[in-house]
Formats: sequence, structure tokens, C-alpha cells
Amino acid sequence: MPFDVSIVLTGEFGRWMLQGFLLSIELTLITLALAFPLATVVALCRLSPNALLRGAGYAFVEGIRNVPLLVHFLFWYFGAPQLLPEGARNWLYEHDAEAVCAVVALTLYTAAFMAEDVRSGIRSIPAPQLEAARALGFGYLASMRLIVVPQAVRVTVPPLISQTLSLWKNTSIATVIGTAELMYQAQRVETASFRGAETFAATTLAYLVVSILITSIGELYQRRFPVRAT
Amino acid sequence: MIELIDNYWLYFLVGQYPAGPLGGLALTLILGVAALALALPLGLVLGLARASNLRMFRWPVGALVFIVRGTPLLMVIFWAYFFLPAVTGHETSQFTTMLAALVLFNGAYLAEIVRAGIQGIPPGQTECARALGLSYRQAMFAVILPQALRNMLPSLVGQLVTTLKETSLGYIIGLSEVSFIASQINAQVITQPAEVYSILALTYFALCFGLSRAGRALEKRLSGRTSGVVPTPAAEAA
Repeated sequence: MPFDVSIVLTGEFGRWMLQGFLLSIELTLITLALAFPLATVVALCRLSPNALLRGAGYAFVEGIRNVPLLVHFLFWYFGAPQLLPEGARNWLYEHDAEAVCAVVALTLYTAAFMAEDVRSGIRSIPAPQLEAARALGFGYLASMRLIVVPQAVRVTVPPLISQTLSLWKNTSIATVIGTAELMYQAQRVETASFRGAETFAATTLAYLVVSILITSIGELYQRRFPVRAT
Repeated sequence: MIELIDNYWLYFLVGQYPAGPLGGLALTLILGVAALALALPLGLVLGLARASNLRMFRWPVGALVFIVRGTPLLMVIFWAYFFLPAVTGHETSQFTTMLAALVLFNGAYLAEIVRAGIQGIPPGQTECARALGLSYRQAMFAVILPQALRNMLPSLVGQLVTTLKETSLGYIIGLSEVSFIASQINAQVITQPAEVYSILALTYFALCFGLSRAGRALEKRLSGRTSGVVPTPAAEAA
């Protein structure tokens, strides 16, 4: 059997692969849109003067980071629906439960990691920057907007981009609960076509191309907006 | 929940052992530790190549590290699952498959830790060693690496936590590590999935959180002894 990638990239097999690829991208984008605001809230909790909020933020981050993503998927897909009231559970099963549970698990997991990046980004701006801005007559919000946040963004974005790369790779684990993303479709094509080498080569390439794209965006950003010495 | 633990704790910890193969939490630990122990020499070699002055070492290893880091671990596991039997000529157990995938994957990640460790040692150290008449190899093994490895210790603990979490992917190829055993227990009990998976999550949490805390304590103890910071008599007096 000669090696021929076109077999798994055309016709019905090609359609499955494309659907999986698009769902993986969709999962990444939706999770990113939900995880970043959540991470910001958790980071602000961790920096809060209130001990209760700080404790809650710490528990969220450590509790989630120290459990494998696979177990998050198993819990949210097989375990959590049992705890839901009847109506909500039925709604879930009527609305693509695999994708919803995958987004929940990925969002919580990604947010726990991003929260730490946002926190250290905010902390990287020395307090005298804010004090100096206030002394020059800027209001609190104006000093935040014009002095602190622009500097913090330069520090925070590169690690957030590398978390996005992890997120992209992590979507593959959703295959355990049957979310029809790229890895799931690859297994399906492999089983139907008996073309293991071709299927996995095409899938690896698809993952790599997006990974390279994300890495390049990160490098471009760092070149265009380098961290300035404070 | 108490009844659940009471009935299944032994199965959860060791799988079917001693009547059958070892599994459960014990297998997770063995796999995680073995994978990291074998990935260390690989990571060291790859890291040395990455930090080398010779392009014929630096470039191919750089490409390998880049490809592995841009690919999901699950993809590497599937490659190992389908192609190890073809390469070795006989059937490969799930344990060997997982071990091979984890060693390659972690080797690539450790290479970057090793490279950063080597490049984190001030260049004056190499220059001094070379000026004293040591060869590149002697300077690397007697002067640079011992310091770099000590600075890397906290990252290595972090890597062990990551590896233990990664062993859970053995579930997908049917390796009877603790996640797989938990799903088996869930299939037998049927009515308590939330409890079963919560116990599984708590088990991983206790293990990984404890290890990360130990790693952080180690980092604190080692900081201040890192190279480049030569304690002056004045600083010691203070």
C-alpha cells in the first residue's frame, strides 16, 4: 500500500477531517473568549485585599491545575450532569452535550492557567508607577488606563499566547467524551480507511500548522511590542 | 461515598493485582516516575545539542523539539500505538506504548529546560574554565552542568507533576492506570458517576498539589545559592 495522503483528504474522509478541524478551531476560540474574562476575575480575586476572595482565587487555581484535563472531561461529561436538576439535564442532552461539556472543562482548565499569567502581569508593574501618575495629577482610572495597563499588557500577552497554544493542543483530549473534534474524526477516518500513516500524518500536520501560526503571532507581538524596562 | 471507598479502595490503588496485572494508582506512579527518569537522559542529550555551537547538532534537534512541542501528546501516543509494533516487529503492551510516547514528549520539553539551564549560567564561567585550560567538554561537565542541573531541580519537580497528569491519557489506549480503573468502577456502580470522578480528581489533586508544594519549598531553599551570585564577606556578615 503506497503512502497516499490524498485518500484521507478527499471525498467523505476529507469532509470528516475538515469538520473535525473546524470544530477544534471553534472550541479553541469559544474557550479563549470565555476563559480570558474568567481568568481576569480570578487574578483580581487573588490580588484582592480581601482574604476570603484571595483564598477563593487560590483554591480555584490550585484545585484545577493539579487535576489532569482528562479527569476534568470525565467529571463534566459523566459526573456533573447527575448533579443537575432534571430540566437542565434534558436541555443539555438535547443540545450537543459533548461540545458543551468540552467547552466547560477547557474553559475552567485554561482560565486557571491564564489567571496566573494575568496576575504576574499586573504585579510586574511597580507600585511607584501608579503613585507617580497620581502625583502628576492623573485620576486613578486615568493612571490605570494610560500608565499601568498599557505596560501590563506587554508583559501579559506573550504568556497568554503560549497558553492559547496549549489550549489548541488540549482540545484533542476532548475525544475521550466523544466531542467530534479533529482527533476524534482522525480516529474515525483511520478505522474506516485502514490508512493509519496517512491519517495521522495529515492530522499531525494540521495541528502543527495552527501551532506554528500561534507561535508566530507570539513572536511577532514580542518584536512589535517589546517589554519596556520599568 | 464511604461505601464506595470501602468496596473499591484496593482496586483503585493497585488494579487487579495480585490476581492480575498491576494497575490503578500504583501504575500511574510507576509510569510517571519511569517516564521522567528515562526522559531525563534524553532531555540532557537533546538540551546539550540545542545549546551546542555546532549547527549539525543544533538544527535537527531544534526541529525535532519544535515539532514535538507543536503536536498534542495524544497524537504522539497514537503514533506510538500504531507504529511501535510495526517498527519492533512484535506486539507492544499499552504500558510500553505510553512509556515511549511520554519519554519522547517529555524529552523534548526537558531539552528546553536543560538548554535554558545551561544558557542561564553566566558566560564568564565558561570563559574562566576555558582560560584555566579545560576543554569544552571538561568545562561543560565539570563546571557548567553541575550548576545548571542544580538550578533546574525545581523545574524538574514541576515536570514530574506534569508527567503524572499526562499518564492519565493512558485511559484512551486502555492502559489500566488510575483514571481507567475509576471509569471501570463507574461502570460497575453506574449510579454514582459524580462521586467516583470526584474521588479520582481528589486523588490527583492530593498527589500533584503535594508535589508542587514540595517543589516550591525546594526552590526557596536553593534560591540565593544560584551561580552568578557570589556571596561577598559583607553580605555574609549581614
